[in-house]
Amino acid sequence: MPVVEYAGSSIEVNDEGFLVDSSQWTPEVAEAIAQEVGIDELNDQHWKVITFCREDAAKQGTPPGLRRISKNSGVNMKELYQLFPKGPGKLAAMVSGLPKPQGCI
Amino acid sequence: MKNLVILGAGTAGTTVANMLRKKLPSDWALKIIDPDTEHLFQPDLIFVPFEMQTPEKTIRPRKGTLGKGIEWIQRQVQQVDADNNQVILDGDDKVSYDLLVIATGSHIRPEETPGLLGDEWQKSIFDFYTLEGSVAMRDALKTFEGGRVVVNTVEMPIKCPVAPLEITFLAESFFTEKGIRDNVELIYVTPLDGAFTKPIAAKALGGILDDRGIKVEAEYNASEVDVDRKVLLSYDEREVPFDMLITIPTHMGAQFIEDSGLGDDLAFIPTDRHSLIANNHDNIFVLGDATDLPTSKAGSVAHFQAEVVVDNVLHLIKGESPKAVFDGHANCFIESGYGRAMLIDFNYEQEPLPGVYPLPTVGPFPLLKESKFNHWGKLMFRHVYWHALLPGHPIPVPNQMSMVGKKRPPQLAADAETA
Repeated sequence: MPVVEYAGSSIEVNDEGFLVDSSQWTPEVAEAIAQEVGIDELNDQHWKVITFCREDAAKQGTPPGLRRISKNSGVNMKELYQLFPKGPGKLAAMVSGLPKPQGCI
Repeated sequence: MKNLVILGAGTAGTTVANMLRKKLPSDWALKIIDPDTEHLFQPDLIFVPFEMQTPEKTIRPRKGTLGKGIEWIQRQVQQVDADNNQVILDGDDKVSYDLLVIATGSHIRPEETPGLLGDEWQKSIFDFYTLEGSVAMRDALKTFEGGRVVVNTVEMPIKCPVAPLEITFLAESFFTEKGIRDNVELIYVTPLDGAFTKPIAAKALGGILDDRGIKVEAEYNASEVDVDRKVLLSYDEREVPFDMLITIPTHMGAQFIEDSGLGDDLAFIPTDRHSLIANNHDNIFVLGDATDLPTSKAGSVAHFQAEVVVDNVLHLIKGESPKAVFDGHANCFIESGYGRAMLIDFNYEQEPLPGVYPLPTVGPFPLLKESKFNHWGKLMFRHVYWHALLPGHPIPVPNQMSMVGKKRPPQLAADAETA
């Protein structure tokens, strides 16, 4: 597994750039991942999404789907696509330090 | 007399009822509530459109599936009043419970996506999660001569997460055998980032769609259907035109779960992943597709969970703590067309691996690989379902997932050692 330098810490990520250990996540790590995927700055709306994703994943054991995020984070579907272009389900999980949303195979 | 009440007589509810009927102490009554008179063998729904199974053979009268000692209340549940331990039926009749088991499954909600239920529903847009849907697709395929066939999963989670792949493979094989494959463009449209999302499965099977000329449109979140233009639309404004749309609509738990405030935003019930007791109610068990657990919504899961629920019900009745543990175990045959199928076996922690199942070396079923054996296994399972699983008889596969017979690919195993 690759190890990358995020915000001064060595963080283990998988081949697609998702954190291997969610507990290594910090807000500074989130900022660094965001830059990596082309989001220059995380604003309040981004943080609403990230906070919801992390809290929900801690309860559910899996990253939330888009509907769940748009219904519960206070950020609607359209805005999710503006905040996390090219796939908000995957990018929100990545910036939140969670595994990517997966099927069973 | 105390009451154990089961809601839903599908795979999960019926199995639990039949397992419990001989084990409950004599001062307990066993009741099951379900309004439908027929039991549907859901795994056959993918075969009906391609005339690999007749609609008649997918259903049996419910009466014959429930053993002696089970009282079947043929009514619709309106609400669960968990504070007063009561189930409220249509017409406001009430059934009290000491222990409740909720097994009311997962249901398609095409109305959640604008346009799906419009003029093209069951004309050029089909689901295969209902018998009516599968039969309508069968009838349309009889005269279908070619065009763009789009298979779309609207959002996760869905019942039987491999079914969209199976219907795609079966359709591809059907069109080939019918001699019209060259006239058909087949497109697999998924909200996930690919047809295979787990690294080992992706490596083992990743090329199969390409080999069969099936296109993949990934990370696609369908927002609506433009019925007039016959185009599927996404939130990021990607248009996917279709001549035939095979949709896997949004899935949700039963309506009464929503109305009772027991579920999450998709009406799946927050459930303890190991004991299968509802998070907020210590006298309610939840199993099968009705839970919010991060395992597959699948018949095998319902079966493995049924054994855990039965054990834990008996522990609670004896005044003990619930000791039985569900590990997320699932196994599923995946039809891959041309008389072959794949098999996967996994749990909460372990992604599907190659190898053989259930016995080491001799299998006979190869994992994560196409084989005629697996297809026969899937067909043979019909018999096992009606005559062993549903009646609650023991089935010779371990309840918890076993690593016996499984092999980790060398590269991944090496990574794990150095990690």
